[in-house]
Amino acid sequence: MRTDISKINEATPYEELTEGLITFAGGTARDFHTGEWRTDTPVFDKEACKQCLLCAPACPDGCIPVKDSKREDFDYDHCKGCGICAKVCPFNAIKMVEGSEPK
Amino acid sequence: MSVKDRMSGNEAVAYAIKQVNPDVMPAFPITPSTEIPQLVSSYIANNEMDTEFIPVESEHSSMSATIGAEAAGARSLTATSSCGLALMWEELLLAASNRMPCVLALVNRTLSGPININCDHSDAMGARDTGWIQIFAESNQEAYDNFIQAYPIAEDPRVHLPVMICQDGFITSHAVMNIELNEDNEVKEFVGEYKPEEFLLNNNKPIAIGPYAISSYVMEARKAQEEAMENSKEVIIEVAKRYKERFGRGFELFEEYRLDDADYIMVIMGSAAGTAKQAVDDLREKGMKVGVLKIRVFRPFPAEELAKALSNAKGIAIMERTESYNGHGGPLCAELRAALYENKVFTNVVCYTYGLGGRDFTVDHVYEVFEEVKDVTENGKKVTQHRYINLRTNKA
Repeated sequence: MRTDISKINEATPYEELTEGLITFAGGTARDFHTGEWRTDTPVFDKEACKQCLLCAPACPDGCIPVKDSKREDFDYDHCKGCGICAKVCPFNAIKMVEGSEPK
Repeated sequence: MSVKDRMSGNEAVAYAIKQVNPDVMPAFPITPSTEIPQLVSSYIANNEMDTEFIPVESEHSSMSATIGAEAAGARSLTATSSCGLALMWEELLLAASNRMPCVLALVNRTLSGPININCDHSDAMGARDTGWIQIFAESNQEAYDNFIQAYPIAEDPRVHLPVMICQDGFITSHAVMNIELNEDNEVKEFVGEYKPEEFLLNNNKPIAIGPYAISSYVMEARKAQEEAMENSKEVIIEVAKRYKERFGRGFELFEEYRLDDADYIMVIMGSAAGTAKQAVDDLREKGMKVGVLKIRVFRPFPAEELAKALSNAKGIAIMERTESYNGHGGPLCAELRAALYENKVFTNVVCYTYGLGGRDFTVDHVYEVFEEVKDVTENGKKVTQHRYINLRTNKA
């Protein structure tokens, strides 16, 4: 009855999909890499960053991990490249670059 | 043991709801609603049942809340009529596609315009392709019996689809008739406890309901849903059989009234079937071999079974209580004629439209229809299809 999301894909026959496409599992969004949608990419400048942490809560997708009160590099698997973090950064420590890869 | 009483159709369904005592009932209690939510509210206020009643702000919301409650793990229902059902349109589709086994008590009344609230099947027929199982009643008794069978059908793992229990506005919903009511405990035992395997409020087993699906999944989801609708046919028959064993009143996908040797058959749904049966008895006394086929289950449409039951008829009258504005008749006519063609039953078929917006339909009209179908069959009379019965007109 529980859904193994890794076994469902675009080749799955209808008999093996779940009823009403209900996902009988939790936290499956993690396995869905929305980072593939990105056309612009934020790049983190560690030297310029003052660790003010304004960026982390501004991210709509929770793609700025914070550990021990310090932000780490972007979660590029899920970052859609919206650029909000770059706008809120007071220290120009986040730059948006064209394309889906951080350069 | 059953209890004899007299009740209106609204009262009968409200009483069935009380006996089933579902968990949640969101409803919008204003015109074009029915007495059903009002009567249920009274039962709740009097501590005769403990259903959670949610007075919402529209029918769009009542259906949404019904889906939400059902998804959360509660046995849910709502009730409405006419344009109330029309306002639920978007949610009706979601209830079915999210495979929610909720129930809707519908009183069939017309849709505007001209503005009118009397009986016809416009509301249910408008919702016929939303993925709901639709069961129609001829009498208050049948509306009551059908409601008690609704959850066992909807909640069967082979089905998991919503069920619409339909009865004719005013004719059935307001007229008081004798009725046999089942014992409370026997109804509860028949319907059983609702124990969903998966539900939203189960924090140990999280689920996500109603996802967005990209094009690669939509057709597969629809096919599975369509298959569940097909499967529901056998479940509807099984539940009816179990109901008969328990309570003595039997049901099928449709009722065959004096069809065995019938040359001419009228196919009809809802309360007017009673009128047609009376006319058939009268005509039989005069030696005319006629019968009535009353459709109980419109969704799923019992195409093959209907064609088989009609295969020996010389002439068939299909009675439509809605207008499809397509120049080619309504849904019952179109689907039944397709079913006859598909199953190679080639006979004389005349479609009629009757009883729109509460227009009277009497035994005299049934005589008239049978005479005309006989004339078509025996003398090749040319008729206009989809002729309105009991219409004022300048045409001959």
